[in-house]
Amino acid sequence: MIDFSIILAGFGGQGILSAGKMAAEAALYEGKEVSWFPSYGPEMRGGTANCSVVISDEPIGSPVVNNADVLICLNQPSVEKFESYLNPGGILIIDSSLFYVEPTRKDIKFIPMEASKIASDLGNMAFATISMLGCMSAATGCFKKESFESALYEILPERRHKFIPGNMEAFSKGAEFAK
Amino acid sequence: MMAQKKVLMKGNEVIAEAAIRAGCRNYFGYPITPQTEVMHYMAKKMVQIGGNFVQAESEVAAINMVYGAAAAGFRVMTSSSSPGISLKQEGISYIAGAELPAVAVNIVRAGPGLGGIQPSQGDYFQATKGGGHGDYRNIVIAPASVQELYELTVEAFNLADKYRMLCMILGDGTLGQMMEPVAFRDEEPIVEPEKPWAACGRGGRAEHNTVTSIYIQPDDLERKNQELVDKYKIIERDEVRYEAIGIEDAEIVIVAFSTCSRICRNVIRQAAEKGIKVGMIRPITLWPFPKNVIRETAALPNVKAFLDIELSAGQMVEDVQLAVRGQKPVHFYGRMGGNLPMQKEILDKIIAIHENPEKEALD
Repeated sequence: MIDFSIILAGFGGQGILSAGKMAAEAALYEGKEVSWFPSYGPEMRGGTANCSVVISDEPIGSPVVNNADVLICLNQPSVEKFESYLNPGGILIIDSSLFYVEPTRKDIKFIPMEASKIASDLGNMAFATISMLGCMSAATGCFKKESFESALYEILPERRHKFIPGNMEAFSKGAEFAK
Repeated sequence: MMAQKKVLMKGNEVIAEAAIRAGCRNYFGYPITPQTEVMHYMAKKMVQIGGNFVQAESEVAAINMVYGAAAAGFRVMTSSSSPGISLKQEGISYIAGAELPAVAVNIVRAGPGLGGIQPSQGDYFQATKGGGHGDYRNIVIAPASVQELYELTVEAFNLADKYRMLCMILGDGTLGQMMEPVAFRDEEPIVEPEKPWAACGRGGRAEHNTVTSIYIQPDDLERKNQELVDKYKIIERDEVRYEAIGIEDAEIVIVAFSTCSRICRNVIRQAAEKGIKVGMIRPITLWPFPKNVIRETAALPNVKAFLDIELSAGQMVEDVQLAVRGQKPVHFYGRMGGNLPMQKEILDKIIAIHENPEKEALD
């Protein structure tokens, strides 16, 4: 895998940047090269937030993603802004419990999934992005479910380990949408 | 030296961690995007390890605190971003005049003026040509990854002490904000000479030490100027660092540093797929500038042209032209305002140069 590129985008506060970081941690756990680059500045306060994650078997060139293999969107403006960044055959995953818009591109795979509904059913809205990472993992194999779980145990302080089973349930439910 | 397990960290935080590992126990700064995480990290850590952290009332105050700590013989660092670094220039000039070792970090944002907060390399002139008043230089280091931010920040403290001068880490918003894995060493290669000149009490000596940059008599000042010039010549001879990639058989040679070099690495791969051999010279020290390798590369028969890529209107390209000495055409492509070049934009430029190396070359 060389320069597998992911863009995550949505509103500030939806956990976009954290989700990107967790994807990078899972891939790092597998010994991959990774980079994470956030949008930063005033746009974080209630405006749009996005980050780029690159996973690779080789040293990473640009951490700034122009051509994405996966685009994860938690709001409609993000689809409009980043759809054109997707490589042909790339995957667009949207949280269809928040909004629904068909992509204009016909050469990409479109996965609308009710991520926020999964999260509210599990009683923790922070799980929405986790379920979308689960979907991405299952659809692309960019990192394994087991690596994601192990990375969580490694990076989270022990007092927060009690949340990991819930995270993994959301991850698994998201993975079902990749089928 | 055993390397530890890799951890995912933000560039700005790694700079601060590297400074602490290098023995820096004094940090003075003033917040500004996109480098404030350096301060955050220092604020948290210095308290735990018994160091000094001061959020100064201004950038001018912060750099003068750096002067004070350096004059007393301590390892010291400040960090800021472009407008803040402009404010520090007076102090940086005094540090050069008094020959004090210190490390300053500039996580560059787009200017001029308040400009914006997105990445830029528009402070190249300021960093490499002095920046403040008077005849002086700073060693300027441009890391290109989070791992390099770590290793070269440690090195910056060693170089500052070795030559008794300011060593600047020149990054940009991309490098400061991005996260990458970093592997810390168990032990740092710290080389800290004795500082018998430090103004930290007489310690039994008959005379007290004086740290100053004032020399009222022209002959005295010229002698000091000449000492600095001699020192800078040694640095130009001994401390040039760069990375050269594929220049032996390159048709086009890119010159790019830091974030731009990262983007260019991808473009080099894409150009190879189109059958165009592109190499790259990546300056790691911007001053001293790796002019010899550029001059020698320009003499290679396989090299048809140079392409300088920067996040500016074209600053380093002047040094590239000086080094090429008219042997080959030099091209420039830059983005400004905080924008980064798309890989395709650079690739298109390469294809155009490949078709006609002379067309649209700089004068």
